Amino acid sequence: MTALSVPALPAEDARLRPVPWRRMAWVTWRQHRIALTGLVVFLGAVAVLIWTVGLRLRHSYAAAAACHPASSIACSHLISTFTVGGFLANGYNLQAVPAVIGAFAGAPVLARELETGTFRYAWTQGFGRWRWVLAKLVPLAVTVTAAAGAFSALLSWYYQPLFLARKPLTLFPIPSNSLAAGLFDLRGVAFAAWTLAAFAIGALAGMLIRRVVIAMAATLAAYAGLAFAAGLYLRLHYLPPALARNSFSFFVSDPSRPVVVVSQWWTKGGTTLSPSAMNQVINSTFQRMMPAAHSSQEGAVAALKQPTNLRVLHYLGQHGYTEWTRYQPAGRFWPLQWIEGGWLLALSVLLIGAVVWLVRRRAA
Amino acid sequence: MNVVETRGLGKRYRSTWALRECTLAIPAGRVAALVGPNGAGKTTLLNLAVGLAAPSEGEVTVLGGRPAGSPAALDGIAFVAQDTPMYKNLSAADMLHLTRNLNRRFDQHYAEARLADLGIPLKRKAGKLSGGQQAQLALTLALARHPRLLLLDEPVAMLDPIARHDFMATVLTAMADDGVSVLLSSHVLAELERVADYLIVLSRGRVQVAGEVDDLLASHRVLTGPAAEAATCAGRRAVHLRRGEVQAHLLVRSAADDPVPVGWEAHPVGLEELVLAYLREPGASEPRELAALRKAEPSEVTK
Repeated sequence: MTALSVPALPAEDARLRPVPWRRMAWVTWRQHRIALTGLVVFLGAVAVLIWTVGLRLRHSYAAAAACHPASSIACSHLISTFTVGGFLANGYNLQAVPAVIGAFAGAPVLARELETGTFRYAWTQGFGRWRWVLAKLVPLAVTVTAAAGAFSALLSWYYQPLFLARKPLTLFPIPSNSLAAGLFDLRGVAFAAWTLAAFAIGALAGMLIRRVVIAMAATLAAYAGLAFAAGLYLRLHYLPPALARNSFSFFVSDPSRPVVVVSQWWTKGGTTLSPSAMNQVINSTFQRMMPAAHSSQEGAVAALKQPTNLRVLHYLGQHGYTEWTRYQPAGRFWPLQWIEGGWLLALSVLLIGAVVWLVRRRAA
Repeated sequence: MNVVETRGLGKRYRSTWALRECTLAIPAGRVAALVGPNGAGKTTLLNLAVGLAAPSEGEVTVLGGRPAGSPAALDGIAFVAQDTPMYKNLSAADMLHLTRNLNRRFDQHYAEARLADLGIPLKRKAGKLSGGQQAQLALTLALARHPRLLLLDEPVAMLDPIARHDFMATVLTAMADDGVSVLLSSHVLAELERVADYLIVLSRGRVQVAGEVDDLLASHRVLTGPAAEAATCAGRRAVHLRRGEVQAHLLVRSAADDPVPVGWEAHPVGLEELVLAYLREPGASEPRELAALRKAEPSEVTK
């Protein structure tokens, strides 16, 4: 039964042309269609959720914006329903989306091959192994990034009412602005760039760790570390901060307000004041100016959030105290977006390049 | 043309040498068998030949001078790794399609006809096939590429005797019809006797013996004689001594017309016996002399 013969040898490999790239397209699709379908289903489900919540928010916003006069109790009530939608809660949860995509779509690409031994099949075919890894990672990275880009367009739509809310909602109580973590990296190009970076981190982790589950965990950890570093420090220093003197208005709740990098009080004599020392000064001044209104320090500090209490700060400003503030103006949203998108893209290219290099030189 | 050629080839994993000072020239048109105990470096040598591992020292070329692992080399080589790794969730048909897309040449007609011949359903997932069927599928994928060199790492280790026979029959058919050269590693010595015409014995990462099977059989003989004279008779040409109460059996390197000592008888040696003798004497090798045998106590007894 095994007598079936093999046809004669084809012509010698005199003109050896590489296997065309397009042939890998089918391979990549066939081997990763489950992951890609899962990604689309996952993002689609979250998108439907955001869509329904977003529609409700728009209704609330329209009602609140139309309310007149804005300071009436009825209007305050409407404003609070508008904000109950959980903007920020959702924002922080949604930051996990790129990490999840990176862990589930990026980490297994190489880790599964190395874990099950199938790399010994894949890397000994005529296509060549570095071309094989490139033909897998690049289309997957592009697809994942495009899906994330479409998703973040929906997020921009979702957050629109927050940034429309200016005049009628000056009492808007959410301490947020367009540059804050949870709002900055879900919109513009940042979300897609973070997803791409997570995918690249996952691919490299899979190549280095060679175990699917551990590589996924490592991807989540590395992504979280990078996202925290960017949100807490890096992003504030993409561009040299602007400097402002006695800019107490920054304390006012306003969606378009800037992000304070660092703020420092100086006395008349030219020495700096620690935050706690300054709090005492503010507190005592506050009590002298409004003895009956508040007695506790907590109350005083909380009251500073209200624009009426700017009087205390202006009073201090006129009597020898100076506040210098370094800040990123809200108008820098797009420049900062491009910077963040740019370095994440560069990082991703570097990581994917490292994977290709490792596959090429790897000793089994 | 040599299908595999190595010069001073070595591979080190951290501080351990898996293969060392390996110099080989395996000619085309042979079934070359790579034998040796576990950890002798068989898989390492095959991985180096196919480019899955990079040499720590020396060099390895295939198919007449192509660097191992280069596109030109991979184009002419088909490798079936140990335990025939395959994508378990892909069907046999998908595995054919996959392999066709990954290679310049792929004989779809041959592959489909062979799977039909073997009774392997195209729609069944690779993971659901029996061990023998998986091995046959992997071999089919390899042969449909029309390689000029087929590398097989322990291809029959996991197979039952019938599957083992069918597998080797397929390999021999391909060799006869397609002129493909074969290099396979194996533990199954009985199988080698039937198929191998070139032999490489590896031990502790070094090449003990390498050569045409016919030449090796012609240059070795078993001498049988009184046990008391074994130590004196076992000169520098002895490979292995098996000593009983009365009689001793000596495997020696000698031509068929070499004189036989008085009181001793000479017999031709079989391949299995030859390989076993070398495997039992990891220190023995063709170019070097065997000091151990000149001692009074032969190693078979001390073991």
